[in-house]
Amino acid sequence: MRRLRQYLPALVILISMLVGWELAVRVLNVKAFILPAPTSIWAALIANWNDGYFIFPSARVTLIEALGGLAIGTGLGVVTAVVVSRFPRSRDTVLPLAVAVNAVPIIAFAPLANSWFGTLSPFSKMAIAAALVFFPIMINLLRGLTQVDSSALELMRSYAAGPTAVTAKLRVPNALPYFLTGLKIATTLSLIGAVVGEYFGGLTETLGRVVVAGASALRFDITWSAILVVSVMGIVLYLLVMLLERALIPWHPSVRGERRA
Amino acid sequence: MTGPESVVHLSHVNKTFETAGAATVALSDISLDIRRGEFVSLIGPSGCGKSTLLRLIGDLTEPSAGAVQVNGKPATQARLDRDYGMVFQAPVLFDWRTVAENVRLPLELFGQDKDTQASRTAEMLELVDLTDFARYRPYELSGGMQQRVAIARALAFSPLLLLMDEPFGALDEMTRERMNSEVLNIWQQTGITVVFVTHSIPEAVFLSTRVVVMSARPGRITKLVEVDLPQPRGLATRESSRYFNLITEVREALRAGEGPASDAGLSSVERTAAEGGIG
Repeated sequence: MRRLRQYLPALVILISMLVGWELAVRVLNVKAFILPAPTSIWAALIANWNDGYFIFPSARVTLIEALGGLAIGTGLGVVTAVVVSRFPRSRDTVLPLAVAVNAVPIIAFAPLANSWFGTLSPFSKMAIAAALVFFPIMINLLRGLTQVDSSALELMRSYAAGPTAVTAKLRVPNALPYFLTGLKIATTLSLIGAVVGEYFGGLTETLGRVVVAGASALRFDITWSAILVVSVMGIVLYLLVMLLERALIPWHPSVRGERRA
Repeated sequence: MTGPESVVHLSHVNKTFETAGAATVALSDISLDIRRGEFVSLIGPSGCGKSTLLRLIGDLTEPSAGAVQVNGKPATQARLDRDYGMVFQAPVLFDWRTVAENVRLPLELFGQDKDTQASRTAEMLELVDLTDFARYRPYELSGGMQQRVAIARALAFSPLLLLMDEPFGALDEMTRERMNSEVLNIWQQTGITVVFVTHSIPEAVFLSTRVVVMSARPGRITKLVEVDLPQPRGLATRESSRYFNLITEVREALRAGEGPASDAGLSSVERTAAEGGIG
């Protein structure tokens, strides 16, 4: 009940925006290729179960690409962060490189990824997603592993704890909130990577291709409903990470809220 | 000088810090012996190096010159042998662990078996009167309770020496007095040797068998005050005339150590602290 009241303002704003959108389109007679009404987007979504565009089978393929890229990018990011945190001297070499690579607009490489890994292969999309995901995971985790309270490190030193014990008992738990923050950013990025990769070519049954095909056929209701599906997938992934936070770091101020004895 | 009774032995210890190219002398020619079972307080104005001295004993920093011995061996070896427990000004508890798990941390690190860990943790929580809070998280406790958890953790593996760095500095006066009595209780029950850093004169006098008075720039020992107040100490101690006389003695030693140049500021702070403690 209290939670309902907490989210009520956001819900009211969302509904009023949708209603305003619908009214504006109808009253101002906005053309569908500029902005379709929410009701027609919804109708297109329902109708497209078998209308030649296959939004839902496409969503499955895109989701697999995004999740694959998320897994690969997260894996590489975790390994890099752990290695760099374990060998502090490597930071001066790895960090400037990582920052420089991150400054490159990775999306611009999407056409290249297609020619490297095959336009029709899901791995070309996973590669883009993974490249996007890598940096926020690596940098956040590295921060969590290295920015440890100096008194806590002295406490461990007073116990004559070795580097492995310090990592297991102090650095990893300390890094979990940072890692999960990185993961939240990464879920969205992985979907962006997959969809944008598809814009530059891929299987017909992918959301990126549906967006492009819908637009070129002037079926903007289809395009919008595909975008809606990607958005919902992004929100669901984000919520899943929030659930993960509740399970893994119930002690963290961001999760525990105002509960205090 | 290192007899079997000497738990801490410092001889001609110097500590210099390099800051922005210039060398600052933090500690100058410190020699001190602390015997088994003593409760020694280090007191002095900020910048006198009392915390640095404590950290030297705990091998959390190294001397620039001179020798630090703990239990008859170099401080580093004593640390590796886990000869001391440490309590910092902040409790330094891990929020991802419950109160009991925090107390258990050193036992886990030392590879003790689960049964010993559990029984020893329960024993320690009872010692600091926190048995009912075993499953709480640190952030659910008050500051005084958190510091009691830190003390229980420091004592969990039965070290020979307890190092405390202004442990009650962040607590209000009432809580601080209650914590002082608890620490004295624990000291008497366990017979542990305690080195205690503080900037409160009443706290130093009430707790200690000996007060080491230090002065700043450079940090050095200016006076050792033997505290002959009878044990066990309690409310009556805080109201005895001997207690007041010793407080005066420590205060005057602190003032003498400051020299004529910078008298006003710190001594009035210390006086306020002293009066707060009595009242």
